[in-house]
Amino acid sequence: MISGTARRRAQDLAFQTVALLVLCLALGALAALIIDVWQDGASRLSLDFVRGFPSRRAEQAGIWHALMGSVSVIAVTTVIAVPLGVGAAIYLEEYGTRSRAAKLIEINITNLAAVPSIIYGLLGLGLFVRMLAMGRSVMAGGATLALLALPVVILSTREALRAVPMSLREGSYALGATKWQTIWNQVIPVAMPGILTGLILALSRAIGETAPLITIGAVTFVSFAPDSLWSPFTVLPIQIFNWVSRPQVEFQANAAAGIIILLLLLLTMNALAIWLRDRYQKRGLL
Amino acid sequence: MKRFEPAIEWALFSCAALSVATTAGIILVLAVETWEFLRAVPLLDFLFGTEWTPLFATPRFGVLPLVVGTLLVSSIAMLVALPFGLLSAIYLSEYARPGVRRGVKPVLEVLAGVPTVVYGYFALLFVTPLLQRVIPGLAGFNALGPGIVMGIMILPLVSSLSEDAMQGVPRGLREGSYALGATKMQTSLKVVVPAAFSGITAAFILAVSRAIGETMIVAIAAGQQPRLTGNPLVPIETMTAYIVQVSLGDTPQGTLEYRTIFAVGMLLFLGTFVLNLISAWLRERYREEYS
Repeated sequence: MISGTARRRAQDLAFQTVALLVLCLALGALAALIIDVWQDGASRLSLDFVRGFPSRRAEQAGIWHALMGSVSVIAVTTVIAVPLGVGAAIYLEEYGTRSRAAKLIEINITNLAAVPSIIYGLLGLGLFVRMLAMGRSVMAGGATLALLALPVVILSTREALRAVPMSLREGSYALGATKWQTIWNQVIPVAMPGILTGLILALSRAIGETAPLITIGAVTFVSFAPDSLWSPFTVLPIQIFNWVSRPQVEFQANAAAGIIILLLLLLTMNALAIWLRDRYQKRGLL
Repeated sequence: MKRFEPAIEWALFSCAALSVATTAGIILVLAVETWEFLRAVPLLDFLFGTEWTPLFATPRFGVLPLVVGTLLVSSIAMLVALPFGLLSAIYLSEYARPGVRRGVKPVLEVLAGVPTVVYGYFALLFVTPLLQRVIPGLAGFNALGPGIVMGIMILPLVSSLSEDAMQGVPRGLREGSYALGATKMQTSLKVVVPAAFSGITAAFILAVSRAIGETMIVAIAAGQQPRLTGNPLVPIETMTAYIVQVSLGDTPQGTLEYRTIFAVGMLLFLGTFVLNLISAWLRERYREEYS
């Protein structure tokens, strides 16, 4: 009997060790990725690389056009996705919680969040580029990514709204406020840190998207920064893809350097999200 | 102020309804072009043809090689993501101290937030060369490298959703198991995992759907050669990679080649849509079980 217990204990310890090892392996993969990219690309990092334009010679090529493309596209995405997403979330969380239409919309949004991003690219190609004749422009790209980001914005905003205590709303109603006054003056300010965090995370995901923008025809050899909503554009992930696809090692080093910049950009946005959350929390709103 | 209330509610409702319009838009855009495509290529030839050469002089439109390529890479990804994701979920949910969990979970989130083009780079220029040292016959483009990397990418999804499901299992079940003298391993594997089964299955199915729809990793590292093979060591092409390949070229609108990407996209959409629905249904079920 005692030997049985000892055996089971040993089994348990072995199982725990294996599980821990697996977890470490996953974290190790992340470390390997970062170290690999850094080793390949760090030597290419310079101010000239950030401010440079594409070139046939790898050592002269830069990413300014792509960086500006990413910034313009995300700006369009933000302007479209944020009001629509937050509005939809407010409706679903504060107004239509019991209606059948709201239930349907909810199921639909969960589903949309899991649709592959390249399908959004085909939608953007058919709807924005062709039907609405926006061409392969910043506007079409931003609108496509906005549709892609919407479900994420809605889901995270709803979560933030749900965390606001009911008593706050009831207090506001008791003072005679209307529903919208309550939402605007009480609920949204309290939910703000959560909403902002969700928005930034959704947008940082959109910045890293490549496939939908390739599908709508964002070109890989644009050599200037976009100067209007209707100019053709490329974005940082597509420029990286373009360089990875070339056989020369020099261009692959450029890809690695581009990846470092992209990861730094995402890291900054995530840090901003955390900072915003902390700042609001310190003001005692939550 | 009261006068504006109905208008505001209506405006907010329109925002929410836009999501339904998005779904309708996806289905419509895909359906119109697919319909045009199917008028030129019979449905059965498309679904069961074994040759995919739409860009050749004598085009053949059998989508099976792309489907098999997609399934091959996804299966490899699942072989990595499922066991590893489940084991790390068990560790985080049942063994880890709260401090460890707080430390590890954000790192897993970072792993999930890395852009897929970066994983593509990693698969092509790090994992495949590494594998080539062990497997001499491995081609530069293959299904194995991107499959493994895709598994790493999906692991956080499997892990966090499975962990959520396990956290939803009532404490009482575990305590009952411990009271009978079971170890943590026995409790985890024979009580917690079965109790959270529908939630874990939902996570798995969602992961499969993610793998099938994943694009950049395979577009970069798996090659562009549609072939009907189960061999993970040679170049293949997935459905998503094909869409990227055509999008990068200058195929004129309105041609049959152009419509192929919508037909392939339709297949992809339907496949992932069914998987997502099953997954959502299962998640709903486990939520009902313990609340």
